[in-house]
Amino acid sequence: MAELHEPNLALHVEDLTVSYQSKPVLWDIDFDVPPGVMAAIVGPNGAGKSTLIKSVLGLVPAVAGHVTLFGRPYKDQRRRVGYVPQRSSVDWDFPTTALDVVTMGLYGRLGWLRRPGRRERREAMQALEKVGMQDFAQRQISQLSGGQQQRVFLARALVQDADVYFLDEPMAGVDATTERAIVDILRRLRDEGKTVIVVHHDLQTVRTYFDWLLLLNVRVIAQGEVGDVYTAANLRKAYGGQIALLEESALLPPQERDMPVTERLP
Amino acid sequence: MTILDWLQDYTIQNVVIGAALLGLISGVLGSFAVLRKQSLLGDTLSHAALPGVCIGFLIAGTRNIGSILFGALVSGALAALLMLALTRNSRLKTDAGLGITLSTFFALGVVLLTYIQGTNNAAQGGLDSFLFGQAAATLRSDLWIMGGITVAALGLVSLLWKEFKLVSFDPSYAASLGLPVVWLEVLLTVMIALAVVVGLQMVGVVLMAAMIIAPAVAARQWSHRLEGMVLLAAAIGVGGGVFGALLSALSRGLATGPLIILSVSSVVIVSLLFAPRRGFVWEIVRLRRSRRRLRYQQVLTTLYQLAAAHADSRYRSGQGMIDTYHGTSTQRALRKLHRRGYVVRHAAPPEEPNTAGQWVLTPAGIHEAERILDSLGREAL
Repeated sequence: MAELHEPNLALHVEDLTVSYQSKPVLWDIDFDVPPGVMAAIVGPNGAGKSTLIKSVLGLVPAVAGHVTLFGRPYKDQRRRVGYVPQRSSVDWDFPTTALDVVTMGLYGRLGWLRRPGRRERREAMQALEKVGMQDFAQRQISQLSGGQQQRVFLARALVQDADVYFLDEPMAGVDATTERAIVDILRRLRDEGKTVIVVHHDLQTVRTYFDWLLLLNVRVIAQGEVGDVYTAANLRKAYGGQIALLEESALLPPQERDMPVTERLP
Repeated sequence: MTILDWLQDYTIQNVVIGAALLGLISGVLGSFAVLRKQSLLGDTLSHAALPGVCIGFLIAGTRNIGSILFGALVSGALAALLMLALTRNSRLKTDAGLGITLSTFFALGVVLLTYIQGTNNAAQGGLDSFLFGQAAATLRSDLWIMGGITVAALGLVSLLWKEFKLVSFDPSYAASLGLPVVWLEVLLTVMIALAVVVGLQMVGVVLMAAMIIAPAVAARQWSHRLEGMVLLAAAIGVGGGVFGALLSALSRGLATGPLIILSVSSVVIVSLLFAPRRGFVWEIVRLRRSRRRLRYQQVLTTLYQLAAAHADSRYRSGQGMIDTYHGTSTQRALRKLHRRGYVVRHAAPPEEPNTAGQWVLTPAGIHEAERILDSLGREAL
């Protein structure tokens, strides 16, 4: 058996460069995530956050570099990876039900020619229950609210029963209740030893939700435990002039902000 | 000619069977094209088939249906590939790519067509019928080719059903699961090209796009599941095809292809108008109904607030006062409230200028008004 490359890392990205029409979108990315953490990828618009996830999953071709998950390339580890694309990436007027969308998460395991049966429907139903959407199983997906659609997408990834989850902006455009529900589910996954990697857009909540952080702006600005990485200097490096737009309070440690105790990490 | 003779007529049989096959394959494949926002792809593929038709003819030297259809398939596929290459490697958007490919190939086809007509080759007779189709020229042997293509396409769709569904709904997720998305998309495109080939003889390159798009669009209005949509699109395609073919056989002399397209299109119009939840008429009725409900709820809460302002739950609000407050006649809304027992009417006292009467809330009316105001308050929070 060939020697594994960095087998102790849930995700190991080395020298990754992605370009679009010869303009670099990601430049020389080295990025490691240990297993069992909830990691955020944060950076300004156009920093390449989504591209990084898509490139790891092989959806966007890289011009250089390599990616391994638990020591093996992605194509050998598909069964261990769950993916939640941006909600806006699909047309929700597609004629199908919530339960059917969740069942799609099992198509990889089913393989060619086999159709989803009773067992698959039961698993999909259980995933819907985990996100609190069991009552909407037969609902046409265009009739779901944005937050409900996001939960359906999350359930589709949960049904994959993966070890590493990639989520692209799961909290974008959802109401506060849904955001809380999504964070609870992700924390539960982490507590079960899974690795959760999230493209996140809201600096205010980074420290309350996550324990690992990658600050990205085409290059890697900083990465590591949130407490070490989330500093005024690093944020200024990542966001440049835009940092002026951030509230001062975002830079204070959580204890000094007037935030309800329940919102902090356990 | 009796109905029986008529149904035994060889030409009519051929045309009806051909139209049914065409409706079947284009309804099924058109559903995927429409859902993947590639309605125009069918248009491009069919127009791009024309140079292939001509080249197939030039190579065979005669009107050989096999080589003509093969030529159509090849040039359609070439156009699709060119379109993909254009949009992938330049800043051209898909619609512009489709438009350019469509007109370039069609222009080339027309040039070749006039060239062939100029050579005075006796065998070229009827080649221009591929522009608008010539259903009556359909032979039994053509039907075997069309039938074979249709069966093959339907077989592939049912074998790869879940893969095609996922690729149409969420291609990047499909890719993350390891599905060969590009190959599945190429396969769908090639099958649409095959459907176009099936339709060339019947409806021609110009109208073929409607055959791909129309049944799918109509079926989407009625069905909220992919399974239902595809089956219904196939049924609409077959029904429209057969109806159009019979109509043209009855009328003697009216072109079959356009009649088929018109039959299918009329199903689209009916579907756009009347389909539950998605149709225009349904939408208008829904709007009307909710507007009327809103009006009558507003009038009820106005009465409630007037009574509250006067600290008198038996306060008599004059009709004129309510009309003025709403800036329009509220008679209909008040009559409706009266029917439901939320208000009672009192005759206007002689000193009042408006003789229409005065309205007083009943206990049930007060209860209902409070319920409405409560629910409004909750929504505002």
